[in-house]
Amino acid sequence: MTAPVLQVSDLDVHYGLRRRRRQALQGVSLDVSAGETVGLIGETGSGKSTLARAVLGLVPSSGGRIVIDGEDVSGYRERQWRRLRRRGVVQYVFQDPLRSLDPDLTIEDSLVEPLLIQGVSRREAVARARTFLDRVHLSADLLPKVPGEISGGQRQRVAVARALVTEPRLIVLDEPVSALDSANRVQVLEILKELRGSGVALVFISHDLGSVAGIADRIAVLYQGELVEVGAAAAVINEPDHPYTRLLVSSAPTLRAASATRAEREELRALLSV
Amino acid sequence: MTLLSEKPAAVRPAPTVDPVLSLRDVRIGNPHTGAEIVHGVSLELTPGKVVGVVGESGSGKTLTCRAALGILPANLAVTSGSIEIAGADISTLGSREWTALRGSTISAVFQDPASYLNPSIQVGPQVAEVLRVKKGLKRREARHRAIELLQAVHLRQPELVYSQYPHELSGGMLQRILIAAACAADPQVLIADEATTALDVTVQAEILDLLADLRDSTGLALVVVSHDLAVVAQLCEEVLVMRDGAVVEHGPTSQVLYRPEHDYTRLLIDEHEQYGLHRFVKGKNVPEEQAS
Ligand SMILES: Nc1ncnc2c1ncn2[C@@H]1O[C@H](COP(=O)(O)OP(=O)(O)OP(=O)(O)O)[C@@H](O)[C@H]1O
Ligand SMILES: Nc1ncnc2c1ncn2[C@@H]1O[C@H](COP(=O)(O)OP(=O)(O)OP(=O)(O)O)[C@@H](O)[C@H]1O
Ligand SMILES: [Mg+2]
Ligand SMILES: [Mg+2]
Repeated sequence: MTAPVLQVSDLDVHYGLRRRRRQALQGVSLDVSAGETVGLIGETGSGKSTLARAVLGLVPSSGGRIVIDGEDVSGYRERQWRRLRRRGVVQYVFQDPLRSLDPDLTIEDSLVEPLLIQGVSRREAVARARTFLDRVHLSADLLPKVPGEISGGQRQRVAVARALVTEPRLIVLDEPVSALDSANRVQVLEILKELRGSGVALVFISHDLGSVAGIADRIAVLYQGELVEVGAAAAVINEPDHPYTRLLVSSAPTLRAASATRAEREELRALLSV
Repeated sequence: MTLLSEKPAAVRPAPTVDPVLSLRDVRIGNPHTGAEIVHGVSLELTPGKVVGVVGESGSGKTLTCRAALGILPANLAVTSGSIEIAGADISTLGSREWTALRGSTISAVFQDPASYLNPSIQVGPQVAEVLRVKKGLKRREARHRAIELLQAVHLRQPELVYSQYPHELSGGMLQRILIAAACAADPQVLIADEATTALDVTVQAEILDLLADLRDSTGLALVVVSHDLAVVAQLCEEVLVMRDGAVVEHGPTSQVLYRPEHDYTRLLIDEHEQYGLHRFVKGKNVPEEQAS
């Protein structure tokens, strides 16, 4: 395996100042190789989006190291981060698709903008925007619309298409399938699987354990700001080690098999507080 | 900890079959261009009933919910059919009547929580505001009750969260704030449009328990819009399947999700199952699985 595209070691992130200062991530270490997909799961508020934002330089880290594609970015200043993001090496799909997309830009401009920044001609950029819109199964009719005029799932797919157009080395996807119907979820997951072949490193954040199990090579579990478990996807799902992971896996609702009862969940939760 | 205010059981509305929300052949479109997006949705909610709405992305689920709350985007309108909330035809309601109804009779939690909160005001006071306006609570009581509500939706450190701003909270935390705000004024109907998608499954399970408790104790009626068929199966007794602005199948959950009649419903379930967790968990597989 080649050198990891993303190397995070011993990362700390704090939010807020003085009295409001709180630690959101503590000593998090995680590598993602080219062509590898790492699923990041965990409790709400455990720091998944924070980790994603830190990797994109959208929140400053207070300790540890981040290396992207061989480049140590830990000490970067805002200007350098902006330049890195503009180069399109790393892309990010925000959890809230309304925030990934500028509400005032048409879908076409949203898709074309990152390409224009890379120096692609307008004509070429529009052609590529259409190709990627098609890949996420959206019609070109949406191009002149603004985000407020399309549905939640449509917005989410536009955000995915936008992350793909620049052909980045690393994509961090924060809940990219949560607002999608099952057909579109399957399609987006299949697209992401295809990307693996082209050597892109993916961090896939999701509460949908089925999607994570289906797409990730490895799964990392965050709990209260710490990585409590990292392992091969099948192992984490089938033989979860940490009590939180056990609670998580057994709470997932499924159509076919019974998930844990309320009493069983309460029992597992009690284990966590000891 | 409970979401319920101390409403004695005896005061509860007597069981009645009168629907609290009913939609009859509701069509939604752009009245100027004549373009129609939703082609006739009917559903009836009696107290304590839970109806699920599933289906294709862009099929009109959110617009239908918005129509029921009288908050369609400016360019769209209900072009035919009727909507009644607690017996009142909403087309006759003025803005003052709507204000009285929203929150206390009908309430909602939508897909994108951040856009329903004021970014420059701490979240707790936004929940307390609902209690002051809708329930007439005094400032101190409202604060106290709001913190109780934050605790009921399983937010850790509710007092800290109370004084945080929306941008300081995670997606799932925001979603729980909105659920707390939506339940604050003890509504009779709650529309939950992808209201648990930002939550991890452990918290989701707790919120679903909470909604089920509210249904049992106060007769809360729910419309649950979700792409997660398993959530709908767990919570809803009746399901509507929408595709391209139309309802393709509508019936009891046991039938629609387990013995679907329409091809689209079958496809929806098959696709859902393609990334169902049971496929990846050894020993949890059921016979159907072995065939594929
Ligand atoms: N800008 C901020 N200022 C202060 N605290 C913040 C800020 N953003 C996030 N936090 C806090 O950091 C913690 C982690 O939040 P984060 O958004 O990373 O969680 P998450 O794992 O993505 O949760 P979810 O699954 O709900 O999206 C939370 O306790 C949150 O309140
Ligand atoms: N303001 C608007 N003007 C015109 N068309 C709109 C507007 N808002 C939504 N639409 C369109 O109406 C259709 C239905 O949208 P709606 O948001 O109800 O879908 P949905 O079923 O909730 O989808 P999702 O599951 O993706 O959230 C979509 O095709 C959408 O593009
Ligand atoms: Mg998040
Ligand atoms: Mg919707």
